[in-house]
Amino acid sequence: MSAQTEVALGRIIGAPVQRKEDGKLLQGQALWVDDMHVPGTVYLGVVRSPYAHARIVEVDVAPALAHAGVVAAWSGADLAEEWAGSLPCAWLPTEDTRAPEHKPLAVDKARYAGDAVAVVAATSRAAAEDAAELVEVEYEPLPAVVDPEAALADGAPLVHDELGTNRCYTWSLEAGEVDRLFAEAAVTVSQRYRQNRLVPNAMEPRAVFVQTVPATGEYTIWSTTQVPHILRLTLSGVLGIPEAKLRVVAPDVGGGFGSKLDVYAEEALALAVARRLGRPVRWTETRSEGYLSTIHGRDQIQEIELAATAEGRITAVRVRLLASMGAYLQLVTPGIPLLGARLYAGAYDVQGYSFRCDGVFTNTVPTDAYRGAGRPEATYAIERAVDALARAVGKDPVEIRRLNFIREFPATIASGLTIDSGDYEALLDRLLEHVDLPAFRGRQEARREAGDPKRLGIGFSTYVEMCGLAPSRILGASRYGAGGWDTATIRCLPTGTVQVVTGTSPHGQGHETAWAQIVADRLGYELDEIEVLHGDTAVAPLGMDTYGSRSLAVGGVALYYAAERIVEKARTLAAYRLGVDESEIEYVRGRFAGPDGSLTLKELALSAWTAHDLPEGMEPGLEASYVYDPPNFSWPAGAHAAIVEVDTETGAVELERYVAVDDVGVVVNPTIVDGQVHGGLAQGVAQALYEEAVYDDAGNLLTANMATYLVPSAAELPRFELDRLETPSPTNPLGVKGVGETGAIAAPAAVMNAIADALAADGVTDLDMPATPERVWRALREARR
Amino acid sequence: MIPAPFDYERAESVEHALSLLAEREDAKLLAGGHSLLPLLRLRAVRPSLLVDVGRIEGLAYVRDAGAAIAIGALTRHHDLARSPLLQEHNPLVSRAAGLVGDPQVRHRGTIGGSLAHGDPASDLPAVLLALDGEVDVAGPDGVRTVAARDFFLGPFQTAVGQREMVTEVRVPKLTGDHVWSYLKFRRRAQDWATVGVAALARRSDGGVAEPAIALVNMGATPLRAVAAEAAWAAGEDPGALAAEGTEPPSDTNGSAEYRRHLAQVLVRRAVAEAAAR
Repeated sequence: MSAQTEVALGRIIGAPVQRKEDGKLLQGQALWVDDMHVPGTVYLGVVRSPYAHARIVEVDVAPALAHAGVVAAWSGADLAEEWAGSLPCAWLPTEDTRAPEHKPLAVDKARYAGDAVAVVAATSRAAAEDAAELVEVEYEPLPAVVDPEAALADGAPLVHDELGTNRCYTWSLEAGEVDRLFAEAAVTVSQRYRQNRLVPNAMEPRAVFVQTVPATGEYTIWSTTQVPHILRLTLSGVLGIPEAKLRVVAPDVGGGFGSKLDVYAEEALALAVARRLGRPVRWTETRSEGYLSTIHGRDQIQEIELAATAEGRITAVRVRLLASMGAYLQLVTPGIPLLGARLYAGAYDVQGYSFRCDGVFTNTVPTDAYRGAGRPEATYAIERAVDALARAVGKDPVEIRRLNFIREFPATIASGLTIDSGDYEALLDRLLEHVDLPAFRGRQEARREAGDPKRLGIGFSTYVEMCGLAPSRILGASRYGAGGWDTATIRCLPTGTVQVVTGTSPHGQGHETAWAQIVADRLGYELDEIEVLHGDTAVAPLGMDTYGSRSLAVGGVALYYAAERIVEKARTLAAYRLGVDESEIEYVRGRFAGPDGSLTLKELALSAWTAHDLPEGMEPGLEASYVYDPPNFSWPAGAHAAIVEVDTETGAVELERYVAVDDVGVVVNPTIVDGQVHGGLAQGVAQALYEEAVYDDAGNLLTANMATYLVPSAAELPRFELDRLETPSPTNPLGVKGVGETGAIAAPAAVMNAIADALAADGVTDLDMPATPERVWRALREARR
Repeated sequence: MIPAPFDYERAESVEHALSLLAEREDAKLLAGGHSLLPLLRLRAVRPSLLVDVGRIEGLAYVRDAGAAIAIGALTRHHDLARSPLLQEHNPLVSRAAGLVGDPQVRHRGTIGGSLAHGDPASDLPAVLLALDGEVDVAGPDGVRTVAARDFFLGPFQTAVGQREMVTEVRVPKLTGDHVWSYLKFRRRAQDWATVGVAALARRSDGGVAEPAIALVNMGATPLRAVAAEAAWAAGEDPGALAAEGTEPPSDTNGSAEYRRHLAQVLVRRAVAEAAAR
């Protein structure tokens, strides 16, 4: 169906329009940072500490300087005066959060394996890497601490000596009479879970390219970033360069999953070297280097307790988190666990809520946002604990969920937030239409009775999450360093096309397509008449960029309101041109009709541009902007089921089926939404079954490449079965919520609950992620003893 | 991820390759590159010269050689998997070759390269060992033939000397009486085996004769599970003895203890699968 027809039918929002971005991506015509070739460029090679914790005794760059092609080489001490400030952390959750100094090159100590200690600039990338090897660094190795619990023990090695402790902060929240509810509970369950450390592995490695105009002191920074606007203002602070002298461009960016929501040492280094040398500077991470220098995700220890009645009605939730910050605070490191802080009661109605999180420094790569950021952790803990409660009270996982669901919306939950809309039971009902539970139980039982070593299990995850970050006043109250609004500008061009400028910064999400659909729906343009500009601070208005499933629910809504402003002005002009009163004008998608004639928006755009005949006082041009600050988060929810087969002899887990029923509000483009769900599910399944960044006790990352860190491929994943319900969000006129992270949020619990279901009869219900064959085998062996 | 500097020469013939190898002590042969290139990029190996043998003509073939099937050293895994001759006369080789890596690896990697690389986690070395195959190795003094049991000397060490190269591999033709299985346990489809098992025997009087069981990734080289073979021939459980005499590695895919257990399970299953064939 052509876009024209869709427009005629009024269904351009919700149409499975093919992504405008795909042609160039699939044909190799995208423009990546690493594609920038400018004569005179120097390439950076970064020298990284092989030790997790070591005093830097001496750095000798002379052997590197002697290497052919090397232009310069510096130690951390050599560049110390370049930095006007530390690499930024924009979220210190408490007044007393300890934020250690974090310079782009370490000077006194290396604090994780991979910490940058020196940099070489050379005329080719190969020369830079060869010469980086030649830098001689004398280290005095120190005992390292990797485990967050060990980091809090007395006598633990201190990651930052000057802090006197490895504790970064303690943040807590208490609502309702939690102690009384626990004391009076007929049943309590207490569970401990480990959130495995994950490596984001965006398809495009990180890269930065800086061009400078020495005469004016201006710099253009091309970066593989999700956050060009944030990068510009923070780099200004790190380097002491006025923001107005910096332009940041995020060209085509190949995925981020949160890992490019950051301000990295290499970005600051490239800028500093460009300033020192007055030459273009480029750095591109190798994949192995990425494992040691790009942020990791998760790495938390979770303790969750539920208080419930004898029937399994949950009355209170108590949570204790221990979250590894890694060695330094990156852009939002300490805030990540707190993005889930109010969600540990999940989709369930409880009276009492207690949450506490301790953030801890360890000698590991810093953690930060990774797809879901805080919400996968919360969902995992509550969804597994609810299954534990079901076992404790002798109920089915479906029954226990129905018994506890929040049913009235908007719902103010115990932790203090208000869920906009939803229908959790309807999602579960729809899920059970896809999964014949009685038939499955029959098949499961038959296997068991036959003594088949391959057991079957089913697991559920009925999640709710908050996204669309975020109301600025709530971010302010959470001590986040910025607002949560976003911007859009629409410029109607004289030739019948339209330019859209957005403050969001897509890196795979398909904003060029979805934004065009919103504009086509409101203003009646054809999709290929709409140009969407983004990711360049010289072009896009101040924006808050793309992360936390916020772009549609904030930037998309800003675009809607900007379109309303276009219509408003065009209506005034139409009334003037048609010689009627504005109230007589009827506007239907691109056409303003009066009683005796009509004008199209395109015609009006042209006359606004020529400005030959405008109403008294009207500004020429047809252009409008809007800055939208959402009044609430948006609250997607869903019901997912995983069916697994567990080989009790080898411990291997095979995911047989995965069914996801999601409610992400109004869907603008179902193809894009399906893609987002697929990707999120793949990463959620990966957390449950495959991926884990493993450190040894000395702080060496044992899974530091793609051969040992197991990112699953299509061969490991089933055909995902997707379905949707739509509960429009009442807080925005589009009714949209967000979908970027739902799969990663829901899937780990569904898969792990399925494994526990498969093995419960064998006595195994506690199992940590990832459920590797060996881990499953050991748990079974332990249970048989 | 950028290799240390090296020189590169393209060999036009086996003789040319051998003469280039003779020039430098630390020269390395490059065939499909799917074992060597990752090591180069990690700078784990730093040869000063790469001798590319990948375009030597006439070394990629699967031929009927009477009692044996002869395979040219440059034959790709994909071609082994699809070879009608192998599918008919030695399906164990084509089955195992079809499980190497992923399609990209199978279209580049060669049997000669895989054997000469001597990775105990690779599939084809254990298959060759189970089949009692033989390898032709060309060197300055001509071509010599090395039996599979004498070929694998240690981790990444084989009978192929610094100045030699593999030219041909021969495996026996199997008959209708042969039963076989190749089982590969791995976390992801494209991974090396955590443990792999090649099992082969001839049906005989209701039991089996000439049992061969070879293990992947259970020691410094591919290994024959001798005790398990004897148990199989005796009609006993070969699984119980499968890990005897092995020294499996411990890594993030499994501890040595888990690998021993896995070898027992897989040998039991391989023998059962072979018997059912």
